[in-house]
Amino acid sequence: MAKYNLNINGKQHDVDVDPATPMLWVLRDHLDLVGTKYGCGIAQCGACTVLLGDVAVRSCSVPVSQVGEQKITTIEGLSEKGDHPLQVAWLENDVPQCGYCQAGQIMNAAALLKANPNPTDEEIEAAMNGNLCRCGTYTRIKKAIKAAAQR
Amino acid sequence: MEALKITVNGKNCELLIEPGETLSQVLRNRLKLTGTKTGCSEGSCGACTVWADGKPVLSCISPALKFAGAEITTIEGIARGPHLHLLQQKFIEKGALQCGFCTPGMVMTALAFLRENPGCSESQIREALAGNLCRCTGYKKIIEAVAETASLLKEGQAEFIQSSNSAKDVRKTNAVIGTRQPLVDANAKVTGKAEYAADIHAHDALVCKLLRSPYPHAKILDIDTTEAAALEGVRAIATGKELLEKFGVLPISRDQTAMAVDKVHYIGEIVAAVAADTQAIAERALKAIHVTYQPLKPVFGWAEALRPCDEENLIHPHSAKHQCNIHKRVDMQFGEPEAEFKAAAHVCEMEFDFPGLNHAFLEPHACLAWWDEYKGLTMITATQVPHYLHRTLSSVLGLPLSRVRVIKPALGGGFGGKSDPFSHELIVAHLARKTGKPVKLEFSREEVFLTNNGRHPTHLKMKMALDANGRLSTTDAEIVIDGGAFGSFGVVTTYYNGVLLQAPYDLKSLHFQTTRVYTNKPPSGAMRGHGAVNPRFATEVVIDELARMADEDPCELRLRNFLPENTLTLGQFRITSNGSREALRTVMKQSGWKRKFRKLPHGHGIGAGCGFYISGSALPIIWNKYPQSVVHMKLDFDGRVVIYSGASDIGQGIDTVLAMIASEVLGIDMKQTYVHAADTLFTPVDLGSYSSRVTFMAGNAAKMAAENLKMEVARAVAGHFGTEPDKLAFEHGCIKDPASGKKVDWAEAAVITTDGRGAISTSGYYISPKLGGDFKGAGAGLSPSYSFGACIAEVKVSTDTGEVSVLDVWGAHDLGKALNPLAAEGQLEGSWHMGMGQALTEAMRYYNGLLLNPNLLDYKTPTAPETPDFQTNLIESGDPEGPFGAKECGEGALHPVVPAIANAIFDAVGVRINSLPITADKILEELEKTALHQNAAL
Repeated sequence: MAKYNLNINGKQHDVDVDPATPMLWVLRDHLDLVGTKYGCGIAQCGACTVLLGDVAVRSCSVPVSQVGEQKITTIEGLSEKGDHPLQVAWLENDVPQCGYCQAGQIMNAAALLKANPNPTDEEIEAAMNGNLCRCGTYTRIKKAIKAAAQR
Repeated sequence: MEALKITVNGKNCELLIEPGETLSQVLRNRLKLTGTKTGCSEGSCGACTVWADGKPVLSCISPALKFAGAEITTIEGIARGPHLHLLQQKFIEKGALQCGFCTPGMVMTALAFLRENPGCSESQIREALAGNLCRCTGYKKIIEAVAETASLLKEGQAEFIQSSNSAKDVRKTNAVIGTRQPLVDANAKVTGKAEYAADIHAHDALVCKLLRSPYPHAKILDIDTTEAAALEGVRAIATGKELLEKFGVLPISRDQTAMAVDKVHYIGEIVAAVAADTQAIAERALKAIHVTYQPLKPVFGWAEALRPCDEENLIHPHSAKHQCNIHKRVDMQFGEPEAEFKAAAHVCEMEFDFPGLNHAFLEPHACLAWWDEYKGLTMITATQVPHYLHRTLSSVLGLPLSRVRVIKPALGGGFGGKSDPFSHELIVAHLARKTGKPVKLEFSREEVFLTNNGRHPTHLKMKMALDANGRLSTTDAEIVIDGGAFGSFGVVTTYYNGVLLQAPYDLKSLHFQTTRVYTNKPPSGAMRGHGAVNPRFATEVVIDELARMADEDPCELRLRNFLPENTLTLGQFRITSNGSREALRTVMKQSGWKRKFRKLPHGHGIGAGCGFYISGSALPIIWNKYPQSVVHMKLDFDGRVVIYSGASDIGQGIDTVLAMIASEVLGIDMKQTYVHAADTLFTPVDLGSYSSRVTFMAGNAAKMAAENLKMEVARAVAGHFGTEPDKLAFEHGCIKDPASGKKVDWAEAAVITTDGRGAISTSGYYISPKLGGDFKGAGAGLSPSYSFGACIAEVKVSTDTGEVSVLDVWGAHDLGKALNPLAAEGQLEGSWHMGMGQALTEAMRYYNGLLLNPNLLDYKTPTAPETPDFQTNLIESGDPEGPFGAKECGEGALHPVVPAIANAIFDAVGVRINSLPITADKILEELEKTALHQNAAL
C-alpha cells in the first residue's frame, strides 16, 4: 500500500492503495466517483476515459502510481452544472441511448476539442475511434461534437 | 491523513483517515456500515455501541486511531448468515423494538453483558442497559427479551437460530387481527440493515451545514458571505432572501421562513447555509460568514410576553392587534360555570407550571435531496408527514407539486417532533437545486433541541367544582402556553388545551381561556398527547384534591363522573365506545388500590389519573375534499399483494398493521403482502403520523382497499368455478366454494384474476363523517372516535433527599381493539415511560433564551433502571367506526400517568408540587416548609 495525494476535479484527495491499482478503481471504489464506467478493463472500449491534464486516457489501464501531480478530470468535474458545450450538444442532439459509454465518449471528445477546437469529420472519426458504442450513437456523437465545436 | 488497520466483522480493513475521526465516522462514512447509529455524538445515548476486542465501546466518542489492530464487531457482524443470534430473535418476537434506532446499540450492549454474566438477574440487566437510551419502548420488552435470552442460553439453547419474523404461521388460525405480530421490518432493524435518512448514501453528495443565530432577538443588518464563498470546496451558500415564501404546517399560521430574513427570533434560528465538499470545509465556511446584528428587546417568559410591547420589539408583526406578543387567544364557554361554582359543595383551584419538553427521539433529523432535470426534486427525510412537506417544498421552492417527491425511509422516532415541514428540509432542497448535486444534512443533537417544536411551556390555573351529590359539575381553566418563536401546530394546541377538558368526565359546564404567546425561544409545537397533557395533569390533580376535601376515594369519584358510551359532550364531541370505567376498575383491582390508598406508610404512596384522547382529527389541517387517507392495493400474476400507503411508519408499526389488515381480509399469509409506504411519488396521500390518526384512518382505508380487492378476486374465481362471488370463502390462503368443494390457493387465484386483464389495483379511502356543532371552534378536538385510559402509580419518596422512585405503574387503555397487541402494548409502555419523564425529570432549561441542556445527559429521560416494570392492560371496547373496532393507542396513554405519579407523591409525603418536573429539590423544599410550619405550630 502507498499513500497518494491526487488532484481530481480541482479537489485534493488522499488515498492509501496498492501502487498498481488502476485509476478507474481509485475513482470508483475509493472516491465514490462512479460516473466513470468500467467496460472491459483492458483499454479496448473507452468507457473509462478521463482527462489526465488535457489528455484523454483509459483510466482502467493507468496505475495510480503514474498519476503524480497531474490533474485528473472526470465526467463529474467537466462542468459545475452539466453545461459544458459538449454536454449541452449531447442533450440537444439526444445522443445517449443506454448511456453507459457516454461519459467516456464525452471525456474523449473534450480532449479532442481542447487539442483541436475545429476538428474535421475525419479528425473526429480518428480521435473517437477507440470509444465503442453498442447502441450505435456514432452519427449523433459526431454531430454533437461539431455543434459543440461551433460554440 | 493517517493509515489505520483494523478488522471489522472479521474483514481486514486498511484505511486512510483524518486523525480526529471517530470510530463511528469510520464505520458509517468510510466502510458504509451504517447499522451503527449516532444519536448524540457525545456518548450519552449508547446507540453507537460496538465491540472492540469483544468489549462494548461508544464509537461516537472514540477516536478511530485508538483501535489500530483491534477487532471491531458491529451489529452487522452479529448474525451468521440467515441465522440470527437468539437475542436478536427475542428482540423481534418480544416487540423489544419500535423505531429501531437504539436497537443496534442495545443489542451490542446487552449481548456483551450476557456473555460476561450468563446468570444475570432482571435488575442487573436494567443496570447494564442504563447507558442505552430508548424513547419508544419504556424498556419493558427490551428487558424481557434480554432476560428470556439469558435463561434460554442457560438452559443450553443454541446461540444462533434460523431467523423468523413471525412466531407462528398465521394461516393455521386465519385470524391475523388480534395476534401478536412482530413488525414487518423487525429483522432489518435487529441486524442493522434498516436504512434511516442519515444512512442513505448518494454518490458525490455535498455536505450541508447551517449557521445559527447567537441572538435571541435581533435585526439582521448584513450577511457577508464573500469570504466563505471564496473558500475552496464551497459549492453554494444560501441566505434567507433566496427563500422568502413563508410556511408553517397550519395554513392559518404561516409565520416562518426557511432562513431568517430581516431578523432572528431565537438563539439557534437558521441564518445561512453552506453546501461544501466536506464537513470540515462546510464548518470552516460557516465561520467565514459574517453577520451584523442589531439586538432587539427579547421576551423570554409567558408573563413578559403578555405585557404591552411597542411594535418594533414585537416578535411577529401580526401580534400588533393585541399590543403584546400574543399569537392566539381562544375563549370558550359551555353552560353556566358561575352558577355551578356557587352551588358547589367543594371548589378547588390550583395553579400549575409546566416546562417546555423535547421529544428526545433517538434519531436526529437528517435529510438528503437531489435535483434531476427529468425527475425534479427528490427528498429523503426523517419526517412523520411526507404530505405536508410535499406541499411546503412546492410552495416555498416555487415548484409544481408534480415536480416534488418526498420519501420517508426508516424513521427513528417522532412523537410529534418530525410532524412539521422544517426549515432545514427546504434549505437542503434549495441547495440541491442550486448546485445540481445531492446535498445531505445530518443534525447534531443540539440542533434537534434547537429545532424543537416540543411540548409548550405552560402556566395554568384550574378551578373545578364538586356538587353535593359528588358530581364534578364544572371546570374553569385559564391557560397560557408559550409558543416560542413560531406558530407550528400552536393554534391547534391552543384549542386542545381547553376543548379536551370535555371528557372523560360528564361536566355540566366548562369555561376556558387559552392564550398562546410568542417568546424568543425555540418554537413549541406538537408532542405526544398534543395540547391535552398539561391541562389533564391539572384536572386529575385537582380531582385528587377535591376527593380529599370531600373525604372520599378519588377513584370512586372518577367512576361516578365518567361520561357514558354513545353520548355527546358539552361541545358536541361524539363519544361512541368508552372504556373509562373498565380501564380504571382494572388498574384499581390489579394495583390493590383499596388496600393501599392513604394506607401506605409515610414516604410510600399510590396515586391515580385518567385520560382520553382523539383518534385523529375529524377535520383535515388543509381544508379540502380529499380523503384523510387513501390506500391502494395491487395484485399481479405473482400473487403478492402490494399495499401502497402514504402513512408513515415511525416505529409504531403501521406498515405491519396495514399488512395484517390485507392479510385478514383476504385470508392470506402476511408474507404474501408487501407494504410500500410514504413515498409521495408512488403512494396515495395519507395526512401523516400525527394526532393518533394513522391506525384509525389508514387502517380503515386499507380495509376498504382489501375488501375491494377481495371482490375482484371473488368475481374472477366465481367465474372460474361457475358460481356466485358471495358464495366463496377466503380462508387459510385459499378460496373455496363450500357448495361444490372446489378450491384454489391464492397463487392460482392470482393467475385466474389477472388472466386476460393483467394486474389489478384497488383503492380504499377514509373520510371522517361530518360531526360536531356549528359554533366557532366546534371543529377543534372533533374526532371520529376517542380513546380512554387510566393509570395507577406507586412511588417511594425519600424524606431525607426528596428522591422519587416509581415502583410500579398499572396502566389500562381503551384502544377499541388491539389489532396487533404486541405493538399496542409497546405504544402504551412507551407513553407511560415518556409521561414518567415529564413528571419527574424532563425540562428544557433556559438562561436568557439560551437553551442550557441541549443534550441527552442534561435533558434527562428515564433510563432502564429508573423505569418500573409496567403492568399493561389493553381494554377492548370495540369502536363502531374504527377498523375491526380499533382506535388510537399512541398518545392517549400518556395523559393519565403524569398526574398518577404526582398524586402518588402527595399520598406518600403530603406535598403537592404543581410545577413540573417534580424533582428531589422541590420535594425537599416543600417537606422542609411543612416541617417548619409544624414546628411553628408547636
